[in-house]
Amino acid sequence: MKIEFKPPIGKISNINGQCISLIGNDIDTDRIIPARFLKCVNFDSLGESVFEDDRKTLKGKHPFDLEENKNASILIVNSNFGCGSSREHAPQALMRWGIKAIIGESFADIFYSNCIAIGIPCFTLSKNLIEAIQNHCDNQFLFLEIDLKKSLAKSTDLNFNLEIKESSRKMFLSGEWDGTLTLLENENLIESKFTQLPYIKFNTNLI
Amino acid sequence: MSQDTLFDKVWDLHKVSTLPGGSDQIFIGLHLIHEVTSPQAFGALKDKNLKVKFPERTVATVDHIVPTDNQSRPFKDNLAEQMIETLENNCLEHKIRFFNIGSGNQGIVHVVAPELGLTQPGMSIACGDSHTSTHGAFGSIAFGIGTSQVRDVLASQTLAMNKLKVRQIWCDNKLSKGVYAKDLVLHIINKLGVKAGVGFAYEFAGPAIQELSMEERMTICNMSIEGGARCGYINPDEKTFSYIQNKLCAPKDGHWDKALKWWKSLKSDENSIFDDVIKLDASKVEPTVTWGITPGQSISINQQIPLLDNLSPNDRLVAKEAYEYMSFKPGQLIKNTPVDVCFIGSCTNGRISDLRVAAKVLKDKKVSKNVKAFVVPGSEKVAHEAKKEGIDQIFKDSGFQWREPGCSMCLAMNSDKLIGNQVSASSSNRNFKGRQGSPNGRTLLMSPAMVAAAAINGKVSDVRELIH
Repeated sequence: MKIEFKPPIGKISNINGQCISLIGNDIDTDRIIPARFLKCVNFDSLGESVFEDDRKTLKGKHPFDLEENKNASILIVNSNFGCGSSREHAPQALMRWGIKAIIGESFADIFYSNCIAIGIPCFTLSKNLIEAIQNHCDNQFLFLEIDLKKSLAKSTDLNFNLEIKESSRKMFLSGEWDGTLTLLENENLIESKFTQLPYIKFNTNLI
Repeated sequence: MSQDTLFDKVWDLHKVSTLPGGSDQIFIGLHLIHEVTSPQAFGALKDKNLKVKFPERTVATVDHIVPTDNQSRPFKDNLAEQMIETLENNCLEHKIRFFNIGSGNQGIVHVVAPELGLTQPGMSIACGDSHTSTHGAFGSIAFGIGTSQVRDVLASQTLAMNKLKVRQIWCDNKLSKGVYAKDLVLHIINKLGVKAGVGFAYEFAGPAIQELSMEERMTICNMSIEGGARCGYINPDEKTFSYIQNKLCAPKDGHWDKALKWWKSLKSDENSIFDDVIKLDASKVEPTVTWGITPGQSISINQQIPLLDNLSPNDRLVAKEAYEYMSFKPGQLIKNTPVDVCFIGSCTNGRISDLRVAAKVLKDKKVSKNVKAFVVPGSEKVAHEAKKEGIDQIFKDSGFQWREPGCSMCLAMNSDKLIGNQVSASSSNRNFKGRQGSPNGRTLLMSPAMVAAAAINGKVSDVRELIH
């Protein structure tokens, strides 16, 4: 566990850190943070419970329990990571454990949006490349320097392009991933849309 | 890129702007909230000194954490009590309509909104819950969102989103007797896979879909997300309109005709373009049961659990994990697998028609003595209707426990949980590891009728053998 948690703020253009590999397809958000930990009115204590049941089952051998991974911040996953429940508690728990970016073969849609909304860039790579990186991680420490401007990841002996949705990349570079205020800049447009929608007029008894 | 589908039309109607990053800003016509994913969103509003922009466009209920045995306040579980209190206070402070326990309209958010007539064709709907796709059954486009997006909808009534592609899933013919919407959607997810829907909205269409009742359509759209699709929908028709008519929040008087006229204009054009089309024959679907740890790992009741060699290489990693977790052997029959717990409920299959079907199977029969069986109505309205029809008594006489409405053991945030490695026959939507409250509990997903059959026999059974 990291001692102090500081949520990301503003522009995000570089992420440097040690990789941690978690092997498995279709790892759902119930596994990332079991439902019993959702009984909370803030996200503060979620970091320690990330992958709680999987970690208990593996009795200290889960990647999130290994001593060599304790400072890792770039998570390497396989396909359809974060499927299932929309709980933002899942990326919040990962972030509070120390994860700052995720690289995977593919991500579930809602999990991906949640990561973007809280400042965790998610990158995709081919199955083969992911497996190569995971093998590499198994044998030695892998430190990556991720440059969002160039969508590039560098290490001492690896160098590869990362894929990320262009809209997400732009939002991280501009800081607009934390987007409430950007949305509110269009307040006039929002209000005129509201009056134009046909159903607003005939739903007089909504409330 | 899709053109002239219902999804395109409703998306375009709600588009407010193109954001600097290139995403669309989408107006959300109806925002539903509950106690689990909203407190931090209200907290964030406070931190940013923001107000709820259109409080009348947000409706709240409480569902995930409510106990189903004793609902008297304060709840025995302090954390659950704290969550309901937080929601009560937030709704009061921000003037949001809240259907609380005892209001007669409380229940699972995706059961409640349709039965109140809140869910209507042509709307954009969002809720901090992945099963928001349910509302697409009415020809709305509905998305599950996370807490930061709940905050954004509260503050601006809009969301930043990238437009989804559209895949039409055309279902020919019709379901045979003893085969239900749940079987069809499990079949679809099995054929397409659990991640095929990533980046897509699913349009369910064809004669087999048209034949379904509104509640069955909700079951189909509800599980779109289990196939990876954040949004699933069905073009509205006469069944849709008559379901909505006279509901509490349905358009009234002169507004009804205007609404109807607009709703009738909302469907995918005959020559609309889809990004992808899949066709399947619904008459070939049989009662379907999951055997693994993803909703895509399902087989027909008379099939064997697949051998590794018969699966595509991409599916083998999760299959191996599933054999081990579920203690199943490849090649084993799913039929006659002993079950410990039978659960009927959830936003997938906790509606009155689900309870009617199960009650028909259970009438004059007894639950096996080795089984704990309980039914959790999807809402207070469902419970009320069931009591009126005497369905609660049929359940009780058979040995089922009759509970109060809520999400219950679908995700086990209350005290309804599996113990140890119990096997559950469940009408819910997810068979993930640990989903039903025990880290090594095992879930077999199936239709409510199949759960009833499993309860009677104490083992996975073919309901068709009981309903002749």
